[in-house]
Amino acid sequence: MMSVNFLAAVAHVAVPDAVTFAVAAVVVVLGAIGVVATKSPIHGALCLVGTLIGVAVLFLEEQADFLAAVQVIVYAGAIVVLFLFVMMLMGVDREESFKDDPMKVQRVVGIIVGACVLAGVLILANVQWVTGAHSANAPLTGRVSNVNDLANSVFTVYLLPFEATAALLITAVVGAVLLARRRSVVPLVGMTESPEVPPGSPEVSPTELPGDDGGSVAEVAPGGEDKDQNEVVSQ
Amino acid sequence: MNLGVVPTLALVVPKINYWAILPDLILIGGALAVLALSSLTGRRFPAIWYSVSTAFLALATLGSALYLWFDITGKHHHAFVAIDAGIAVDGFSQLITMLVAATLFLVALSAPGYLRREGAGGPEFYVLSMLSASGAVLMGSANDLIVMFLGLEVLSIALYVMAGSNLKAIASGEAALKYFILGAFSSAIFLYGIALTYGSTGSTNLASIANYLAKNLLEHNGVLLAGAALMLLGFGFKVALVPFHAWSPDVYQGSPTPSVAFMSSVAKAAGFAGLIRVFYSALPTLRLDWQPVLWVLSVATLLVGSVLAVVQTDVKRMLAYSSISHAGFILIGLVAANPSGIAGSLYYLFTYSFLAVGSFTVVALVAGKGDSNHSLASYRGLSKRHPYLAAAMALMLIAQAGIPFTTGFLGKFYVLAAATDAHSYALALIAILSSVIAAFFYLRLGVLMYAPDGGELAVAPAVASGSASGSAQAGSASSAAATALAGTELLDAEDELLPVTRKGSWFAVPDDRGGDPILDDPAMAGSGVALVVSGDEAISGEVVNGPGAVGELRAPEIIDVPSSEKAGRDIGAAISIAICCTVTVFFGVFPSMLIDFAKQAKLLF
Repeated sequence: MMSVNFLAAVAHVAVPDAVTFAVAAVVVVLGAIGVVATKSPIHGALCLVGTLIGVAVLFLEEQADFLAAVQVIVYAGAIVVLFLFVMMLMGVDREESFKDDPMKVQRVVGIIVGACVLAGVLILANVQWVTGAHSANAPLTGRVSNVNDLANSVFTVYLLPFEATAALLITAVVGAVLLARRRSVVPLVGMTESPEVPPGSPEVSPTELPGDDGGSVAEVAPGGEDKDQNEVVSQ
Repeated sequence: MNLGVVPTLALVVPKINYWAILPDLILIGGALAVLALSSLTGRRFPAIWYSVSTAFLALATLGSALYLWFDITGKHHHAFVAIDAGIAVDGFSQLITMLVAATLFLVALSAPGYLRREGAGGPEFYVLSMLSASGAVLMGSANDLIVMFLGLEVLSIALYVMAGSNLKAIASGEAALKYFILGAFSSAIFLYGIALTYGSTGSTNLASIANYLAKNLLEHNGVLLAGAALMLLGFGFKVALVPFHAWSPDVYQGSPTPSVAFMSSVAKAAGFAGLIRVFYSALPTLRLDWQPVLWVLSVATLLVGSVLAVVQTDVKRMLAYSSISHAGFILIGLVAANPSGIAGSLYYLFTYSFLAVGSFTVVALVAGKGDSNHSLASYRGLSKRHPYLAAAMALMLIAQAGIPFTTGFLGKFYVLAAATDAHSYALALIAILSSVIAAFFYLRLGVLMYAPDGGELAVAPAVASGSASGSAQAGSASSAAATALAGTELLDAEDELLPVTRKGSWFAVPDDRGGDPILDDPAMAGSGVALVVSGDEAISGEVVNGPGAVGELRAPEIIDVPSSEKAGRDIGAAISIAICCTVTVFFGVFPSMLIDFAKQAKLLF
């Protein structure tokens, strides 16, 4: 139904555009289904490539050439390759089983949320809820190349954000280096209990104060017990 | 598509006013310089050097913000926008910059003692805190939603790493992961809000958005409202408003305490700065839509924050919930939506930062080696062991509870006055109720600190359990006495604070156990292994579990600091706490200067 609406919307532009859209849309949707339906994560990643390339074609059709190129280079190229790297490192032959789902609720919730989003998109597409200004940065006339427009924006209006991205990247690099540093040889201290105390012994811990009535405060304090569990596990 | 011949456009690069971004340049440049120097010199500098240079850079940032402040409040000058309207240089942005710089200065002073104690030298903490501060400054002065988002991300990513910077503690990693995952979601939601706002107004510039909405009436503004709601969620997460607060106690509890001190004040300042700027500068036309939402958020934040703080037994968690409740108070000024409300909120934000940094610095010192003594029991009898530390903590707690002659009282007074000016009496009443609830747990900690160390006092544990109402009354009665005592003692202590520091007798960790052979073994102490509990304490722990031995209740870790450890003297932290105390008392007694400052800190649009 959604495709029909969009097809009707673009049909008056040109027939080839409509055909391109139809093909790309089919690729996008099939790829998306493949990501969630295939058992092997590698196949899922390959399906994701299909989706991303389909979206790139849709960008091209909207005359966003730069975005299309970035979509292919960054997403289909770099990011999916990164996914594949991780999968190869973790072991290719691992298959996800839907039977032993640790959180059974999440599939139901996922379906409900997905349905809500789909309903929202359909309503938005039909009701024309949206009114607002046209963007000033990317005319759809095709007169000026998309890349020119982007360059114009990046080096004029968005010059400061463009430069501020440098601070963001530096922060990320420093953070990654700090967190990835090899753990020192000092054994776990910090928020842990003593190694001498066997886990589960009725030892007094910082979060458990026996009161006069003998009731444990940890029962009152939300999160207090979680902490204790973690500390025991960490030993 | 036109991939062939493209006409070239004359690119007019905007004029860059370097003065306008000087605070940011100092912070980012300083962070890079410290990083580069430390790696080039192979860490030959002592670790204290990083702290000193960070403090110096923070002062430089403060100075540049002051310069800009006097520049724009001068007679022939006025606030302006710079770099193609990317940032606004107005009183508001400079106040936030000064606040962030002051916090950075205090944390830079108090951090080295902690880092040395935990065996985590190196420049990373300081570099990240400077970068994070630069993000906060960027958020405070952003005049464009994209700049705002980048500021938010720089601030947040540095904070995630700072939360997890204690690689040895598993809780720190847990806190960082929780903060990161939830924070990444909230950032994405915030970005979604920006996209929707852009989609319905055609611009990301705050002034252009306001201009567009003033001139055009949107027939169907559902997308715009959704955009505003999602942006509110992003800010609400950052400042821990109540439906979005769940991360805050866990992250505060698990993170290294100096990171918490920094995060609790800088993230709140930046988040509220962004909130005020977006909703007052860009979306004033939607005020009737967002005001009720802020009202509901404020009420929920006030009540949940103070009620849940009562049942906490971990001081860091308690302070986390208390900071949530403070966020509710700050929000009251925004709900009032009048100039005095914003000034009140800014005053509150400014003074709260000093309170938060001061209290968490004390918490870091009390925690001892391993950063583990955070239970209420560790604070029992603190006044005997560390009288000045206990006095400073008592002052922080009194101020947070809102007792007169402190900044905490005046902050509450100003926002409540603004709320009653705006005729939102219900909100003011709820806020007063919440502060009454909050006073209970502040004073409870106060009475614990001034309770006798051992023996007969059974009041405090009963109060700590929060169950027995009779003894709770007894507790509040004695708490009043104790806090009064704290107040008088503090006024005396205030003057001789610094001289005592120089004498070096500050915060000396008592070693009442004397000749424990394991603790005195230099090999063990030197290897940095924290002997958390040795055999003797296992026995005393059993004693604690026996009936009638409540007086023995004391976190065993306190006495286990190896005597060779020099964590006892921490001059930087002492100076930091002294500054916080001075600010709290001084601006509590003479508030006019600060409230005038807050009133002059106007938004450009």
